[in-house]
Amino acid sequence: MLENHTEIIKGRAVVADDWTVLRLDEGQTASDAVVPEGKVIVPLAVWQAKRESLAARPQIGVWIASDERPEVLKGEVDKFAVIAVDFPKFTDGRGYSIAYNLRMRLAYTGELRAIGDVLRDQLFQMQRTGFDAFATRQDRNINDALKGLTDFSEVYQTSVDQKSPLFRRHERDVRDETSDVGYGI
Amino acid sequence: MYRYDKYDHLIVKERIAQYRSQVERRINDELTEAEFLPLRLQNGLYMQRHAYMLRIAVPYGLLSSAQMRMFGHIARKYDRGYGHFTTRQNIQFNWIELDQTPDILADLASVEMHAIQTSGNCIRNITSDEYAGVAFDELFDPRPYAEVLRQWSTFHPEFAALPRKFKVAINGAVEDRAAIAVHDIGLTVVQNEAGEVGFKVMVGGGMGRTPILGSVVREYLPRQHMLTYIEAVMRVYNQYGRRDNKYKARIKILLKALGVEEFTRLVEEEWQDLKDSPSTITEEEMARVAAYFTPPAYETLPNIDARLDHADNKAFSNWLLRNVKPHKVPGYAIVLLSLKKTGVPPGDATAAQIDFVADLADRYSFGELRATHEQNLVLADVKQTELFKLWQEVKAHGLATPNIGLLTDMICCPGGDFCSLANAKSLPIAAAIAERFDNIDFQHDIGDIELNISGCINACGHHHVGSIGVLGVDKDGSEWYQVSIGGAQGNNSAIGKIIGPSFSALQMPEVIDRLLQVYVRERTEEERFVDTAQRLGIAPFKEHVYATPIKAGELVGEDHYA
Repeated sequence: MLENHTEIIKGRAVVADDWTVLRLDEGQTASDAVVPEGKVIVPLAVWQAKRESLAARPQIGVWIASDERPEVLKGEVDKFAVIAVDFPKFTDGRGYSIAYNLRMRLAYTGELRAIGDVLRDQLFQMQRTGFDAFATRQDRNINDALKGLTDFSEVYQTSVDQKSPLFRRHERDVRDETSDVGYGI
Repeated sequence: MYRYDKYDHLIVKERIAQYRSQVERRINDELTEAEFLPLRLQNGLYMQRHAYMLRIAVPYGLLSSAQMRMFGHIARKYDRGYGHFTTRQNIQFNWIELDQTPDILADLASVEMHAIQTSGNCIRNITSDEYAGVAFDELFDPRPYAEVLRQWSTFHPEFAALPRKFKVAINGAVEDRAAIAVHDIGLTVVQNEAGEVGFKVMVGGGMGRTPILGSVVREYLPRQHMLTYIEAVMRVYNQYGRRDNKYKARIKILLKALGVEEFTRLVEEEWQDLKDSPSTITEEEMARVAAYFTPPAYETLPNIDARLDHADNKAFSNWLLRNVKPHKVPGYAIVLLSLKKTGVPPGDATAAQIDFVADLADRYSFGELRATHEQNLVLADVKQTELFKLWQEVKAHGLATPNIGLLTDMICCPGGDFCSLANAKSLPIAAAIAERFDNIDFQHDIGDIELNISGCINACGHHHVGSIGVLGVDKDGSEWYQVSIGGAQGNNSAIGKIIGPSFSALQMPEVIDRLLQVYVRERTEEERFVDTAQRLGIAPFKEHVYATPIKAGELVGEDHYA
């Protein structure tokens, strides 16, 4: 099965996209899969089965399922123009740790794309854990989804996007100029 | 107590804006209910049987009087005039309208509160010792660590969609009042031989369907490594925890499947890479947070015996005996306000009571309060000379039932009257038992006992660790109650053992009575119910309870709470 997104979010903008995501059909094995010409993001298993022929292509991408380990790509992440991580459901948070490991342990610096059940309300945390491209679900307005990237302007803890915790970056205990304690009562 | 600085305020305000947008999009159908559900849960909003329920975070159970007054305001303006204090030191309101929830959050933010991560598959509110900072047996105040951890876990991007909910508790006293053994992570503040402060780390405790006590994965973790080590635990769990079955998704199941050794090896391996990274807590940050928890301006006072001038007042004596605890500072006492008056659902407080307690905090206890995991309230810093005056006031407002730690000081979840997860009602059982054993002299004779009631296997009523645990089960569409005995929380935590086939609601008071009869018959001088139950095992209790048919009694209050 081939999936195309005509538009994705990259950085903080909506851009045209010409990559195709290949997903294996039920019962199909990695070695049976036919990888079409052009810019294709293949399943990890297909990459592993056809490493030699795929590596010879000018541009190739790979995607990692949420139950797969990114470490199997150790030493070869720079072969990919894009690495994608699949979110089978937006409630499956393994993709965040996969992204973290790709960036922090495997030193991957190329495009890291979230695919699958990718929705506005998860984009902020995806961006924090190292994603810089988002193939948002196509039944939703992508310009609307873009707003999810700017929900917060400050964070407490470190992740891929911010290597220093709030307590090391700012002088804390600075109060707001006006106190409105209990105004709601 | 901790006060928000401009960054805390900023994050909470941006959260409200984000959540307001989510609610609007749900109302406009831009979000499906399936998509909205995890979002609202991470903001403590549950859909219950009759209405939405909003759970508000009370970090490690500590409250200011202004925050307490805000609860009264919310109860009046948005709910039906009362709130319910929970077993995780939070408060929840049961009759909430979805479209008003963003406004409630804005009101809460004005007193430095929120509902972030009070539900959902994320790191929940950090709980701790209700007597932190004032306990006679405290070695270290756990609250600064709980606060540092609260900030770190708030909107942690990587751990926002865990396999299941994740609960952390911290204890710093000799006696564990934070039930750390039944938490996903339980930390104990300890000192090493060099006199440095750190933590003993337990992982994988929990109740629910598979009750398990936590395992020690590290005897000593220097305190500066708290965040990096917990990050390591969380990353191992996020990657390897089961997601195929929600009943097997807690970290306890992962830990049991891997074994403690292998689990610990994975965590340590992960941690080696994080150790000494920028998340390592600086001395400055620790000192900054700790400064919020310095003791209030205590006067130099002698210890007195508050009973002396009131020796003939038995009600006051009973109250002193059960509801007043020793304080580490001479001349002061810790006072528990019982939310377990017979006829009132355990943990419920009316708006008037909430306001009254806020006033008491201002007048008697430096403007601060605590919520306990046993669903009572605490005035932590009361002068012993003022105990009688305080008691008179508290009594007039129905908060002086002298039953702390006794039979009617039950832990009870909201159960089938409110909760859509419940298999059975729990409040009417609690009410019927309270009614049957309302005699305070009888309760004092029975002494320390924990009666914990859960309406379903999720165990919000902590039935596994009750001296007597009652679990509501569903059998062919009707409600039955399974009884276990010998469970305990604290330093000698134990999971209770089921005595046999389950009972109907109407039989429950008689069942409790028969269990108590065995205890009274068999106890030695100093034995509490749980000691006798653990010494003898279930056999004599089982024999007596099932010996003759159990006649059904009357169930009270069922309609009252529906």
